[in-house]
Amino acid sequence: MKSLEELKAIREKMKGQVDIREEGSDATRVVVGMATCGIAAGARPVLTAFSNAVQERDLKNVAVVQTGCIGLCQYEPIVEVYKADGEKTTYVKVKPEMVDEIIDQHIVKGNVVTKYTIDAAKLG
Amino acid sequence: MYRSHVLVCGGTGCTSSGSAKIREKLQEEIDKNGLHDEVQVVKTGCFGLCALGPVMIVYPEGSFYSMVKEEDIPEIVEEHLLKGRIVTRLLYKETVTDNGIKSLNETNFYKKQHRVALRNCGVINPENIDEYIGTDGYQALGKVLTEMTPEQVIQTILDSGLRGRGGGGFPTGMKWKLARNIVPDADQKYVCCNADEGDPGAFMDRSVLEGDPHVVLEAMAIAGYAIGANQGYIYVRAEYPIAIKRLEIAIKQAREYGLLGKNIFDTGFDFDIELRLGAGAFVCGEETALMTSIEGNRGEPRPRPPFPAEKGLYGKPTILNNVETYANVPRIILNGAEWFASMGTEKSKGTKVFALGGKINNTGLVEVPMGTTLREVVEEIGGGIPNGKKFKAAQTGGPSGGCIPSQHFDIPIDYDNLIAIGSMMGSGGLIVMDEDNCMVDIAKFFLEFTVDESCGKCTPCRVGTKRLLEILDKITKGNGTLEDIDKMEELCYYIKANSLCGLGQTAPNPVLSTLKFFRDEYIAHVVDKKCPAGVCKHLLSFEIDPTKCKGCTACARVCPGGAIEGTVKNPHVINKDKCLKCGACIEKCKFGAIVKK
Repeated sequence: MKSLEELKAIREKMKGQVDIREEGSDATRVVVGMATCGIAAGARPVLTAFSNAVQERDLKNVAVVQTGCIGLCQYEPIVEVYKADGEKTTYVKVKPEMVDEIIDQHIVKGNVVTKYTIDAAKLG
Repeated sequence: MYRSHVLVCGGTGCTSSGSAKIREKLQEEIDKNGLHDEVQVVKTGCFGLCALGPVMIVYPEGSFYSMVKEEDIPEIVEEHLLKGRIVTRLLYKETVTDNGIKSLNETNFYKKQHRVALRNCGVINPENIDEYIGTDGYQALGKVLTEMTPEQVIQTILDSGLRGRGGGGFPTGMKWKLARNIVPDADQKYVCCNADEGDPGAFMDRSVLEGDPHVVLEAMAIAGYAIGANQGYIYVRAEYPIAIKRLEIAIKQAREYGLLGKNIFDTGFDFDIELRLGAGAFVCGEETALMTSIEGNRGEPRPRPPFPAEKGLYGKPTILNNVETYANVPRIILNGAEWFASMGTEKSKGTKVFALGGKINNTGLVEVPMGTTLREVVEEIGGGIPNGKKFKAAQTGGPSGGCIPSQHFDIPIDYDNLIAIGSMMGSGGLIVMDEDNCMVDIAKFFLEFTVDESCGKCTPCRVGTKRLLEILDKITKGNGTLEDIDKMEELCYYIKANSLCGLGQTAPNPVLSTLKFFRDEYIAHVVDKKCPAGVCKHLLSFEIDPTKCKGCTACARVCPGGAIEGTVKNPHVINKDKCLKCGACIEKCKFGAIVKK
């Protein structure tokens, strides 16, 4: 290593990964249902996709965590997004392909991706 | 990329309670459940709560599992890591409340702590330089080499108010300034790190080296740039195998990355570091003895001046700082002198790490801002004294320090306050004592240590400490006189004034401070021939209360000296000539019939 730029590159690469070990009470929480029903419906790749997306973008104060059965097994995989102010959005039948859109629109810009939410699913 | 990190403590405390096996089992179960691409197991340094080891923490939830057993691992992996259901019954109890699980940072143990030197301990993998860089590692070195002059670096350290954490409390920036300027045309200078932590019960430096070795390397390189040195030595005791191993790995990685070696960051600055292992002599923690030992000679101190800043290692200008002092340096460079000076008291800035030991619930490692009171450290962070016993005193500074009695429980801890009451900060060992500790016995314990460790070069220390110990021994055996106490006190002042190095100059402190605050205990030993705490064996006698004894023979059977006589169903009697005063009979008696007087 001969330059500060190289050091900075390693830092940027590692920072997203090490930041997971910081606890912030004002964090946005992305909660993925990982009970038997969720796993059977394909929640694991969704969970990894969220986790990777958050780390790749080096998003601050976003925690991707798991939970057990949410109670709506036919709508799994279910993902709940809790904003710092307590506002909750429930996404249903989530697929890994939807993850980037939810992150970029909802988590980053604050616009709920209505078409994937439970309300949209019930109406449809 | 991993969605979850499981941090398992790999410090000495948790390693000795089996954390290596826990880690293996964890990895095995994670592989079995196909989670190896999702969950990363990280071996870290000390979390601080050594009493609850082995400990591990699962992120992003921040769930803190304590006293983990191998057989609990499959459940943690299947329930928590796979299905996301935290295994509440295995969590650290203080984090479990009626309203759910609270963060570790909100528990009493962590709430009042402020981690600067221990910032990365228990957070990063100490054997992976990338994780250190990911938490801003080596940024400070980059900053000083490209943006600051050596004078600016020294001024920043001076302005921060950082003082030596090894015990003396000398301003670090002043040391660096002297080493830079005192010999203007020096052809060679050295930067040394004192990791010869020898106080009984102290393990702050070990934990920093085990948990965050790169911070010491980075700080030494910064010091090298500031004073104009290109070679560093870390003098670490051979009794710290994990710390040595991690330092070796860290040095190798830093060299591979070009962060040590020639032409660092292409600025023309060269700096390299080598390890030197100490062979277990306490006196080698004294600066001149330490450097003599690095040179390959017998570790003995020499008179000062000349101070190391002028004539140190191999006769060249040298700075020697303690591990914890160095651990503060990169943060000061990055966050600024004002940030550091905003913490602490008027003359003691920043934070201090303490190793809590003795009669305390949360044995472990804590870092608090200077000026935190002893009461806060013992009662709130340390969780108080076990079994509802009363606080009697705390010993700081190990064999060089003194005790802080309960009337000074609310003293804000900093360098000057502790010296004012006859103790000292020391390197940070804090041993808590309750009403069952005999202060004469404590003084004797530390004197035994200094007598063993005196190098023998100067007479006041070699002979004086030996005579002190003999008088203490006489007192604890009930043969002392009041004149002995006066003679002992006089001898203490003589040793302090005439010894060659810090070891002898401070060796009488445990005696002087216990005499100052607990003279009544000394008098009880001498006049009444009693040990009020019931510790000094020669002053105790064991007796069986015949009205309570049922003649069950349990005591007679357990007595290793065959001192208890009697027949079944008749009261027993202790033969005082044979009694070893071991107390085994008291533990065995179900009827409380045996008393210690």
